[in-house]
Amino acid sequence: MAKVHFTSHLRHVAPSEPVEAAGSTVADVLSDVFARHPAVRGYVLDDQDRIRLHVAVFVDGTHVRRNILSAPVTPTSEVYVLQALSGG
Amino acid sequence: MADRLYVSTRKGLLVYARDGKGWTHHTTHFLGSPVSIVLPSADNKTIFCALNLGHFGAKLHRSTDGGATWTELEPPKMPKVETSVAAGETEKPPTVNQLWSLAWAGPDRPDALWAGTTPALFYSKDLGATWELNEPLWNMPERSKWFGGGTVDAALHAICVDPRNSDRVAIAVSCGGVTLTEDGGKTWRIAGKGLRAEYMPPDQQFDPIVQDPHMMVQSPSHPHMWWVQHHNGIFHCTNDLESWDEITTAPISHFGFPVAVHPKDGNTAWFVPAKKDEHRYPVDGNMVVNRTKDGGKTFETLRRGLPQGNCFDLIYRHGLAVDETGNHLAMGSTTGGLWASANGGDDWALISAHLAPIYAVRFA
Repeated sequence: MAKVHFTSHLRHVAPSEPVEAAGSTVADVLSDVFARHPAVRGYVLDDQDRIRLHVAVFVDGTHVRRNILSAPVTPTSEVYVLQALSGG
Repeated sequence: MADRLYVSTRKGLLVYARDGKGWTHHTTHFLGSPVSIVLPSADNKTIFCALNLGHFGAKLHRSTDGGATWTELEPPKMPKVETSVAAGETEKPPTVNQLWSLAWAGPDRPDALWAGTTPALFYSKDLGATWELNEPLWNMPERSKWFGGGTVDAALHAICVDPRNSDRVAIAVSCGGVTLTEDGGKTWRIAGKGLRAEYMPPDQQFDPIVQDPHMMVQSPSHPHMWWVQHHNGIFHCTNDLESWDEITTAPISHFGFPVAVHPKDGNTAWFVPAKKDEHRYPVDGNMVVNRTKDGGKTFETLRRGLPQGNCFDLIYRHGLAVDETGNHLAMGSTTGGLWASANGGDDWALISAHLAPIYAVRFA
């Protein structure tokens, strides 16, 4: 299963250690994490379930800049959910 | 008499307590996080605190023990919109970017409150546990003409619940003018006749929908009287939102953000003028407060205790407050200056010159 890491800025709502998550896209693995950690959802997704403008997602070392939620994820992927520097 | 002063800053919520001489720092909450607005109850036990986290969105917390502990609530959210590029839709599906205003919905409904956001109005009947978009306002045809003023999307920053009738609520939007409901939000009508927007083409300057009321207040004691500090002027209403009169007698500048009305006199109000819109700092670097006691016929310019010369403190729309006596005022600035007055603005005392940028001050 893919491994999802959250920025330490989300420590109060997100798991502090990387969590394993099932799925073949960023949307899938995040949904899997949100099912177990519902409080983190509103910090990562906006009202329309888009990745927030100033949240950055990396998959296997690549900063995914377009179509983030549909980006492919493999069972060995490392996914990082970080704060984008554009947010201040 | 209010004994707490809530100061919403870019780096947390600071609460000051009244002592024999003035205001002293009492507690700090959400240290490091931008606090966009705070709503305390009159007994200071229930407190709502809205955060605007740059990366992670608008958040809402509530305390029911005077700030000793906080619970994060699900903030107001826009309903999910299905979009179709093929259908040629160009409007971006909305998301709540900021909680701009919070207001108790009236003494006859103690668990209810309104939230004004960028971009819509919400209602909660359960102390913020759940929120409902006010769809009649959102679906008003005129709403599509709203546009951002200082923000990308329109900002609903003022909510006035009529002390005579809680079903009567007026809101002010930058930029969307003034809109009124008389049935608790089921239907709405435009209430901005007479407001003038000099930033619009000449034939549209009196269009009530394009107005930028920076702040609106209703007189608690004379609720047919209202004040607006507008982007390009001061406006007064004495006929219960039938029409607005432009006040052109204020000295120094007609530009500014906040307005506060005296709790016992609808003709007395305070304004903080600033150099107009492309610059936004105190005119000539001198910080002053304009006060009228006669409905805008004349003004006094008050400056005792305020910085004179090389001052860049700007007071935002929620950055000026008056308590229920009308004697105590507080004012917080963009450069972290916090002042209080105990005599209606005649004299000001500095509380701190070096806080984080201040978004809002409020007595309770």
